[in-house]
Amino acid sequence: MFNSTLKQLSALLAQKKLSSAELTQSYLDRIAQRNPELNAFLTVDAEKSLAQARAADAQIAAGKAQPLTGIPVAHKDIFCAQGWLTTCGSKMLANFVSPYDAHVVEKLNAAGAVILGKTNMDEFAMGSSSETGFFGAVKNPWDPTRVAGGSSGGSAAAVAARIAPVAIGTDTGGSIRQPAALTGICGLKPTYGVVSRYGMIAFASSLDQGGPMAKSAEDLALMLNVMAGFDARDSTSLERPEEDYSRLLDVRLTGDRSKPLGGLRIGVPKEYFGAGLGADVGAAVEAALVQFEKLGAVRVSIALPNSGLSVPAYYVIAPAEASSNLSRFDGVRYGYRAAEYGDLTEMYRKTRAQGFGAEVKRRILIGTYVLSHGYYDAYYLKAQKIRRLIAQDFAQAFKQCDLILGPTTPGVAFGLGSMSSDPVQMYLLDIYTTAANLAGLPAMSIPCGFGEGGLPVGLQLAGDYFSEARMLQAAHQYQLATDWHLRQPAGME
Amino acid sequence: MDWETVIGLETHAQLSTRSKIFSGASTEFGAAPNVQACAVDVALPGVLPVLNKGAVERAVRFGLAVGADISRRSVFARKNYFYPDLPKGYQISQYELPVVQGGSLSMLVGDDEKTVRLTRAHLEEDAGKSLHEDFHGMSGIDLNRAGTPLLEIVTEPDMRSAEEAVAYAKALHSLVRWIGICDGNMQEGSFRCDANVSVRPKGVGVLGTRCEIKNLNSFRFLEEAINYEVRRQIELLEDGGKVVQETRLYDPDRKQTRSMRSKEDAHDYRYFPDPDLLPLLISEETVEQIRSELPELPAAKCERYMREFELSAYDAGVLTSSREVADYYEDLIGALGGAYKLGASWITGELFGALKRAGLEISQSPLGSRQLAGLLQQIQDKVISGKTAKDVFDAMWNGEGEAAAIIAAKGLKQISDAGELERVIDGVLAANQKSVEEYRAGKEKAFNALVGQAMKATRGKGNPSQINEILKKKLAG
Repeated sequence: MFNSTLKQLSALLAQKKLSSAELTQSYLDRIAQRNPELNAFLTVDAEKSLAQARAADAQIAAGKAQPLTGIPVAHKDIFCAQGWLTTCGSKMLANFVSPYDAHVVEKLNAAGAVILGKTNMDEFAMGSSSETGFFGAVKNPWDPTRVAGGSSGGSAAAVAARIAPVAIGTDTGGSIRQPAALTGICGLKPTYGVVSRYGMIAFASSLDQGGPMAKSAEDLALMLNVMAGFDARDSTSLERPEEDYSRLLDVRLTGDRSKPLGGLRIGVPKEYFGAGLGADVGAAVEAALVQFEKLGAVRVSIALPNSGLSVPAYYVIAPAEASSNLSRFDGVRYGYRAAEYGDLTEMYRKTRAQGFGAEVKRRILIGTYVLSHGYYDAYYLKAQKIRRLIAQDFAQAFKQCDLILGPTTPGVAFGLGSMSSDPVQMYLLDIYTTAANLAGLPAMSIPCGFGEGGLPVGLQLAGDYFSEARMLQAAHQYQLATDWHLRQPAGME
Repeated sequence: MDWETVIGLETHAQLSTRSKIFSGASTEFGAAPNVQACAVDVALPGVLPVLNKGAVERAVRFGLAVGADISRRSVFARKNYFYPDLPKGYQISQYELPVVQGGSLSMLVGDDEKTVRLTRAHLEEDAGKSLHEDFHGMSGIDLNRAGTPLLEIVTEPDMRSAEEAVAYAKALHSLVRWIGICDGNMQEGSFRCDANVSVRPKGVGVLGTRCEIKNLNSFRFLEEAINYEVRRQIELLEDGGKVVQETRLYDPDRKQTRSMRSKEDAHDYRYFPDPDLLPLLISEETVEQIRSELPELPAAKCERYMREFELSAYDAGVLTSSREVADYYEDLIGALGGAYKLGASWITGELFGALKRAGLEISQSPLGSRQLAGLLQQIQDKVISGKTAKDVFDAMWNGEGEAAAIIAAKGLKQISDAGELERVIDGVLAANQKSVEEYRAGKEKAFNALVGQAMKATRGKGNPSQINEILKKKLAG
């Protein structure tokens, strides 16, 4: 059961071979068993989850089931859910119970899904290892001495360890794709504006995008069908016709059954295979490319000449926006407030000094600096110009190819604590993922083999705006022909 | 040394939308603290701003009314600073690209027309309110006002005296109410000014160092604060000192300005485009639509009154000083089917006098335009004289009823019966032989005395022009 796809679970529920309450309880039991080691979940609330599950069972009994009715979903603790602690991995919000639902949460609830719990993350989603959170590091289910990636590491570890059938995360510079790659699961960051940001605690508003994390491309599509959609409460939400992201999954591009991806042009950027890429990851991605060719895809060499600038530009823009977004955490209205202070300034200073962790402070400092008088043009404005150049690179590339394929990360999961003393080294791990956020493009990671230490390797597929269905089609066809996505960590069966 | 004062004003006009500029919460004044602050106004984690189109429409209306350029694309920016009544830690405002650019406003200062150029007008949200009393050494925060839409209207440094600044502020106040974008309620903070004041020796081109006096919420405070500040700066300079650029507050009890913060303490607001809001795009069609719905503006109306109704510049100016006055006037002359000058003089004379004595606005007048028309109609029809009409007006003001009823009840109908008047005048001439002789000897004044006697004999009800006529005829005879 814990390896079942959403479709299979849905069928079991529909046939009444299993109730949502039973399914939810099984996962809760499994969380109780495995979570103490993994630290993937921050909050579970059996009573609330089971109440939702029973309501779902009633819907199913009434013949009103939708594809996600009764399915437990793990929520990254960045999504506000009414009545749930919503901490964003921070001491600052350790006591914050949200009085409202995020748009995504509202949609999942309306679709009959069950909130299985809130998952661990880097504090305010700032990190690539899920180590910066106030509630301790997430462990990688493949090797508990390694990180699960970040910032959606809790959601990734939960799906990888099969203690959640599916999860939701957010991706500002790779925070869905990178942990998905490091834990051997699938994760999708949609086109900016496809998923409403309302109720998603903001890190960097122009880059943040929510998305699904699952065991397969097929499951991602089902999740995205519910998560996507216009929301008038988010001014950057895009008003477009409703889309079925599953519609192309089983569509073959040619009549030749052995070549379902016949004619699909896969762009391979030379910049993504140069220095810095681990040999193990490179080999696994190259093997995947060969597999895509077997399925009929055509390999096209492309250039993304400004991709080396994406990490520097990202680490100006994201902290700049974050420094402003996090100003609301001031101890005045909700969340943490220092216990003792003499005056207003001291209240601010102590609250923020005690409430935020080191990485968050570092980024607030960087962001404040790059927006300061006299530095704005040199940093923020220049980074915005680079951002446009990066988007232009992709626009050029998509004249030559349909999808872009490369590694999601330079290496496999690294040891816990091994990068903590070198933030710049850690930032450079985002080298392949930040560009999609800067350009607002959809991108996803799927497992494609194993590298050093028997740890999972992910490949990244990126597409043009609104090409999610096409990306999912390519990924699904690849997964029909391979079984990397079915592998799971030892001891997790 | 002769000094010249230079003043620029920044005015915050609260836009009259029902909901806030970035949330759906009500903007109604006077609610209990924090009941009109929704999740967005409180800046809960994860909430996002959505722009109120009504605020944009009002900003465009203003821009068109002052002949400004409407930016087809403008940008909302974040102004970052910490303050307990600023929930997000930043204010959403417009910085580099405001929605309205340029424009000007003309007004009368004494008898001279003055034109003040506008730099810009931009949309922004108001902050909440900090309450420093009643909280035992702590402060209370009321976020009802947080997110209220404001239009900040900035002038060039074109004013040269407190009088000019007040005239501009009054003209602006009248205009924003005229076009219905702001209720202009200064007690509730709907219209407040910051004054940038500097002085320089007469004839010098460069501007002196300025001080900004914040939050002046009455015309009187504006005038007093500027006058105080000008004296302070001149005294400082004449004593060999220097003006320090700073922000000052006006204390109306002491009638003084005092320093709030110096330029050195000024915040670095770290403005940057708000990534939660897309650039504001305004189409040509929208602008034209709003233009077509604009009411006739005061300047155009004033000019029309002078041209079509042959009113004096003064009367036309007074009658177009606010939309309520103009509406009253137009309603009045509409009911009378003309009588432009008569209507104008009664509004600017009797009505304004009575309103002023009672401390009322024209909108609160106990005498509506239709009632006043009823009175003026009696003059037109020569039922009563203008002099009697003033008594009737007083009775109407005191709520004694309509003009016709009062005239009937009090028997004020004037005597126009020639026979009756001739009998009265014969009596007057007989009783005042001395005056008659004086008149005949060429003393014009004596004629007036005879008219007065005739009026007295009719107890004021005699038709004055008829009395004049008959008297002249008889004296000539």
